[in-house]
Amino acid sequence: MSLLEIKNLRAEVNGNEILRGINLTVNLGEIHAIMGPNGSGKSTLAGVLAGRDAYTVTEGDVLYRGKDLFSLNPEERAREGLFLAFQYPVEIPGVNNSYFLKAALNAVRKYRGLEELDAMDFLKLIKSKLKLIEMDESFLNRPVNEGFSGGEKKRNEIFHMAVLDPVLSILDETDSGLDIDALRIVADGVNKLRSKENASIIVTHYQRLLNYIIPDVVHVLVDGRIVKSGTKDLAVELESRGYDWVKEETAQAV
Amino acid sequence: MQSTDQTVQLSYQSDFEKFEQGLNGEKSTPRHALRRRAFSKFMEMGFPTSRHEEWRFTNIQPVTKTHFQPVPANQAVSISLADLESVMLKDVIRVVIVDGYFSSALSDLKDLPAGVVGESLAAALKQNRPEALIHLGAYTDSSENGFTALHAAFSLDGVFLFVPGHTIVEKPIQVIYSATKRNDPFVAYPRSLFIAGDAAQVKIVETYFGPGGQAYLTNAVSEVVLGTHAVVEHDRIQLEGENAFHVNTSSVYQQAGSAYRSNCITLGGLLVRNTLAARLDAEGIECRLNGLSIAHGNQLIDNHTLLDHIKPNCSSHQVYKAILDGKARGVFNGKIMVHKDAQKTDAKQTNKTLLLSDDAVIDTKPQLEIFADDVKCTHGATVGQLDAEHIFYLRARGLDESEARDMLTYAFAGEVVGSIGIPELREQIDLQIHSRLDRGRKGAV
Repeated sequence: MSLLEIKNLRAEVNGNEILRGINLTVNLGEIHAIMGPNGSGKSTLAGVLAGRDAYTVTEGDVLYRGKDLFSLNPEERAREGLFLAFQYPVEIPGVNNSYFLKAALNAVRKYRGLEELDAMDFLKLIKSKLKLIEMDESFLNRPVNEGFSGGEKKRNEIFHMAVLDPVLSILDETDSGLDIDALRIVADGVNKLRSKENASIIVTHYQRLLNYIIPDVVHVLVDGRIVKSGTKDLAVELESRGYDWVKEETAQAV
Repeated sequence: MQSTDQTVQLSYQSDFEKFEQGLNGEKSTPRHALRRRAFSKFMEMGFPTSRHEEWRFTNIQPVTKTHFQPVPANQAVSISLADLESVMLKDVIRVVIVDGYFSSALSDLKDLPAGVVGESLAAALKQNRPEALIHLGAYTDSSENGFTALHAAFSLDGVFLFVPGHTIVEKPIQVIYSATKRNDPFVAYPRSLFIAGDAAQVKIVETYFGPGGQAYLTNAVSEVVLGTHAVVEHDRIQLEGENAFHVNTSSVYQQAGSAYRSNCITLGGLLVRNTLAARLDAEGIECRLNGLSIAHGNQLIDNHTLLDHIKPNCSSHQVYKAILDGKARGVFNGKIMVHKDAQKTDAKQTNKTLLLSDDAVIDTKPQLEIFADDVKCTHGATVGQLDAEHIFYLRARGLDESEARDMLTYAFAGEVVGSIGIPELREQIDLQIHSRLDRGRKGAV
């Protein structure tokens, strides 16, 4: 059984169809990159999978760990191990980063039948994860993302991911706004978390993150459809040639 | 309605006649002359109505159409410390006022430092304590409105606290104003006077508490006086019963270089009016007023504040927040008065409201009156709901929707609770807030 099976997925926002029949299968141990020009539907796909209610699914099925994904609300998806690293992580004044993370982790653990962590064990866990993403401990006691720089916000997302230990991570444009050092730190973190027991979907406009995180498959999303799939070499080709040639190829095929 | 109000007013008149008879020998004293004057003022003014600018947003008919009887002095106290357990702080000096009267039996003043006076206000006046005689009533105008007039006419007791100059009271002083269960609607008129001498430091917690279901009115007046360089933290947590009415008039008078911080937490009561006025009557004064109201069901919570900048080089900082659910109503009227002499005033006012339901309403009104030309005065008000993107973010990490909403709502309140300098009180308020948010969500009244 595959971890994620997307079949003919169609979705719209305010009556505008954005996804026009997506087919995608992700297995444990794999990293998939989804690339595409602006407006191709990349973030919509990530949002639909995470359960954002701005989108209406009009057709198709998504099976996640054998379950109908759309029968689960966002928190149930999270507890089932689905993680979305936000393109724009929100600042939440007054909510302490580590307090929130402890509540989230314990909600996930409870769902999985594990004992909730007490303050001591939790602190031990998060300190080890902070190292992974080279974050300072002072981030723990600040309100979630408040006053964080763009790079710090993205690192905080990967830090949350490291603590929650998801099965399927969806990284939505995690590389945007990162300088080269932050990009390397984020990529290192993702690579260290990579295992046979999990999988990732990396949504990106540029190829540069894929220099550090080597994907098993690269998909090109254009106008709400996956028009081409290939190896990491496809990403390199897209970087040098842009997206237009893929669009033309697709147009000819139709 | 007018006739009902008049009938009620006449009931207060017969109450006052009975009250006078009970005073015996005191009837001929100058203090009693003040009471009579205040009462005739009440008969002349009646209760405020929405036609009065200061009461425009607050319909107090539920209060004025009921005849609340005064509680006679020297009645047996019907409650014990066990009844107050949920609100009693452990590591404090405790004063308990029952239905407006100081209770020696329930108070515990043994940890008061030498020289500090904490006693019944009636006792302080009887002994002619000079500090009590000088300051009592000096900062609150009894002819301000019908409530202050009634208070001046009927009030007999409360607490008197005097911290002499250069004395630091380490333990917080908690004053619990408790209402009891009675057959008929009744009114308590507690009066408190807190004086911090020059360079004295003290933390005062006023807790208002009463039984659920009982219809009663707390008509309270508190005065706080800060000598030069005195530092006072004044926390008020209001946990009246759900059928209670609460009208509170607090007046603060500050002298040079003093620092006053008020944290006014209002959670209980059906109809609540808090009037807080601070007079900054010398240079170098700091005044911080923080407020948090949480209301659901049909509660109405009205906060009126006045920052009276009289002299130069003072700063005031004000943050009032409200969380309103159900059909609750909130009112915030923040007046900042900067007199002609009060150059270099730095005044900042913020009012933020979180509406958790479509039916909740807030009326917010900043009122800046500035007569000096070299000042910095800012104000801002925001009204909003929980941010859907915030809720989604927390849910996408595994919290369920109600947990997410609670966490965000609590975070909104956190800024005010966090400014309370007594950890034990912060914890108590946290618990109260969480249980009230629960009740609000379940739609209970």
